[in-house]
Amino acid sequence: MKLNKFWPIIAALFLVGIAFTMVVDNEYYFYAAYAVMQLMIMGIAWNILGGFTGYVNFGSGGFFAVGAYTTVFLHRAFDAPPLLIAVLVAPIVSGLIGLGVGYFTLRLKGVYFAIATLAVAIILETIVVNWEYVGGAGGYYLLIPEDVVFFDSYIEWLFVLILAITLIAIIVSRYLNSSKIGQGLAAIRDDELAAECMGVPTLKLKLISTTVMGGLMGAAGAPFPYFITFVEPASAFNLLVAVMAIAVPMIGGTASWIGPVIGGLLLGTIQETVTVNISSELNLLIVGVVLVGFISLAPQGITGLYQDFIHFIRKRRKGNG
Amino acid sequence: MAEPILAVTNLTKRFGGFVALDGVDISLAGKERLGLIGPNGSGKTTLINCISGALFNEQGKVNFEGSDITGTSASNRARLGIVRTFQIPRPFRSMTIIENLEIPMKYAASGRLQQRHLRDQAMESLELVGLQDRADENSANLTQIDMRRLELARALSAKPSLLLSDETMAGLSSSEVDEVLDILFALNERGVAVIMIEHIMRAVMKFSERIVVLDAGKMIADGSPDEIVANPDVERAYLGE
Amino acid sequence: MTELFINAVVSGLLLGGFYAAVALGLSIVFGRLDIVNIAHPAFVIIGSYVTFYVNENFGLDPIVASFLFLPLFFLFGIGMYRFYYVCFERTGQESLTGLAYFFGIMFIIEVLLILVYGVDYRNVQAPYIGETLWINDWVPLGNFKVSLPYRMLVPFIVASAVTGGVYLYLSKTFMGRAILAVSQDRIALQLMGADPIKVKQWAFGIAIATAAIAGALLIVIHPVEPSVGRLYIGRVFAIVILGGMGSVSGTFFAALMIGIAETLISTFIGPSWAPAAAYGILLVTLAVRPQGLFGRG
Repeated sequence: MKLNKFWPIIAALFLVGIAFTMVVDNEYYFYAAYAVMQLMIMGIAWNILGGFTGYVNFGSGGFFAVGAYTTVFLHRAFDAPPLLIAVLVAPIVSGLIGLGVGYFTLRLKGVYFAIATLAVAIILETIVVNWEYVGGAGGYYLLIPEDVVFFDSYIEWLFVLILAITLIAIIVSRYLNSSKIGQGLAAIRDDELAAECMGVPTLKLKLISTTVMGGLMGAAGAPFPYFITFVEPASAFNLLVAVMAIAVPMIGGTASWIGPVIGGLLLGTIQETVTVNISSELNLLIVGVVLVGFISLAPQGITGLYQDFIHFIRKRRKGNG
Repeated sequence: MAEPILAVTNLTKRFGGFVALDGVDISLAGKERLGLIGPNGSGKTTLINCISGALFNEQGKVNFEGSDITGTSASNRARLGIVRTFQIPRPFRSMTIIENLEIPMKYAASGRLQQRHLRDQAMESLELVGLQDRADENSANLTQIDMRRLELARALSAKPSLLLSDETMAGLSSSEVDEVLDILFALNERGVAVIMIEHIMRAVMKFSERIVVLDAGKMIADGSPDEIVANPDVERAYLGE
Repeated sequence: MTELFINAVVSGLLLGGFYAAVALGLSIVFGRLDIVNIAHPAFVIIGSYVTFYVNENFGLDPIVASFLFLPLFFLFGIGMYRFYYVCFERTGQESLTGLAYFFGIMFIIEVLLILVYGVDYRNVQAPYIGETLWINDWVPLGNFKVSLPYRMLVPFIVASAVTGGVYLYLSKTFMGRAILAVSQDRIALQLMGADPIKVKQWAFGIAIATAAIAGALLIVIHPVEPSVGRLYIGRVFAIVILGGMGSVSGTFFAALMIGIAETLISTFIGPSWAPAAAYGILLVTLAVRPQGLFGRG
């Protein structure tokens, strides 16, 4: 995509985000924007393993929860350290777990890998449910700090934080997509055996993929406890997280880094609008139906439809010219 | 033979109780053209798989350019210069024809190839197989012969010193067979040793400097094309007693 | 302690038999048709809710009721397969997209059930629920008391019968054998005069029909709410893979094993660890012997 336009846009987005915190008063917008960006990060993360590499997994929700519970653990163990520390530590923890899980499950092919990742997520959930230190099944309460540096309220700080994480996720994803590694991942996705025989170190690249996915998911989950102030396994490990992580890129488009961004924006907006104005169950239903619709009829997602559209226009032009 | 480029010693491969290859010894000189024939099920593709690293042998050694590569991964072997084509072509379907070539150029050949002007180098490989005009077409919907061409161009782009060609001509017309033969000869001219598995006898006879015959996992003959044709064991293997 | 152990094993056996009925449909569809219907437990839950509806409004025995609406489920299964075929198999999509598709379907089913029935637990009424058979009334066991609650014994018997029925169907009838063959050799099947698509359709229909019965058995055993299906995903996949893909008898024995393992873990380690049991067994099986205990290798 855009080359030298990319970095200025990223910088501009960050500055615009900061500007919002000074100009906008209604806190609701920050909550909504946080939710949308969280979706984007989850979609970007899932897409690295699922879209770029072709390894569909249902366990990504587990890494999100690992991020959230790392924050909880640090909160309890070190008496509420600054969130920034958790945000730096959580991706490392979830990334390492991603690496470990990958090492054991990537030997499995396709479908078995997907099911194995689900199993890993459930087992992680069971461990957390039985771990009283971080609240167990009953959950854990967090108090939002009263003093906030530089911003008017804590949610504004969370907003800027997640904006930064989203931009980093986009940068990482774009780098992977357009680099030699990205080509290797695409080769693995298209035909893993052929890729291996053409010199692509498939295991190493797959491990990079799972580690990055785990890390980004953990980064998305790290501020979550402060966002909702009450963390319990049922919500952190909720199937909804896994579904959203898949829905966002499948609807937006799995082939490039921009698909999950579009998908996150679209789904996030639908989610906020429907949940607030109608009901949260109906929102889930809509998400499910849209997801299934896209999977069945337009598996390349919105970006795929857009590319088909461009091709169609070009063909028309050639025919007429 | 001067230092052989490939030396396979006592190679044994089992699938559960079934012995697919039983103590096979083969060696190949640099730039040599070897034909590998044998009845169906004799273990030819299994042998290719063991040499290329797609499968690992239980016993025996595979030696390439003087080093023991037994147990190294297929991608490592590709990077050392052992490249194979597949019986049923396996293009990278989401990529264009020329993008298909970038993978081996950037990965398998990363040590042997200048990583600049890759497109020009890719075009050279495409010219050799006759696909240069379609470089930016998507590779997903090619005809059989075009897929074989792409398969060969891709193998070429990996800058191999040893090419394992697994039934690349199967199902092709007579003129298409000649086309593939020309490409393989051209490759060999450039210094690539070739092991060719084929059932099309005239191609094997024309191409090979030496022929090895496998039957039920064992090597039963190794010699010049004329010697092989006259060999009664070979006749028995194909026709039965 | 021994009495606890014996009761746990017996309980596990009964539970395992029921699990076999749940996994049966997936064994056919995943094992024979190579369709990864991760939503199968969700269909079972639909079966539970339909049973609940019929039981509450018409007073029919839940299990009898399920046999009555079984044809509906069969037709539904046929319809599901046709849609799946048109969207995925015909275009040659990876089975992974199909997997994601069923994942979405599972989600939709759960949300629909929440919308219609809410998140409260539902259960059924039947004369045998709440009654228990004590083995030591019939068989002298010294001081041991071994209980067989009817709400578990009846499902076990029905599940075993259904499993046996499906097993016989697959091995004895033409259509049954065609189903076994369709994964192995499409062309030979066509030469024998059977349309592979019709065969697969039929098989999918049977699989969903078994879900109807399994659903009725489930709600007899314990109350049901929409998210219960998720607990069964790991179990059914563990059972199908452990038992060897597509082997009905393998599925049955693997189900018994998992039932016993879960009950033992629940009794001796703690019920909050029980959900992980099946998933843990699944991972170990995948790591050590992916073709399962009775698989085709």
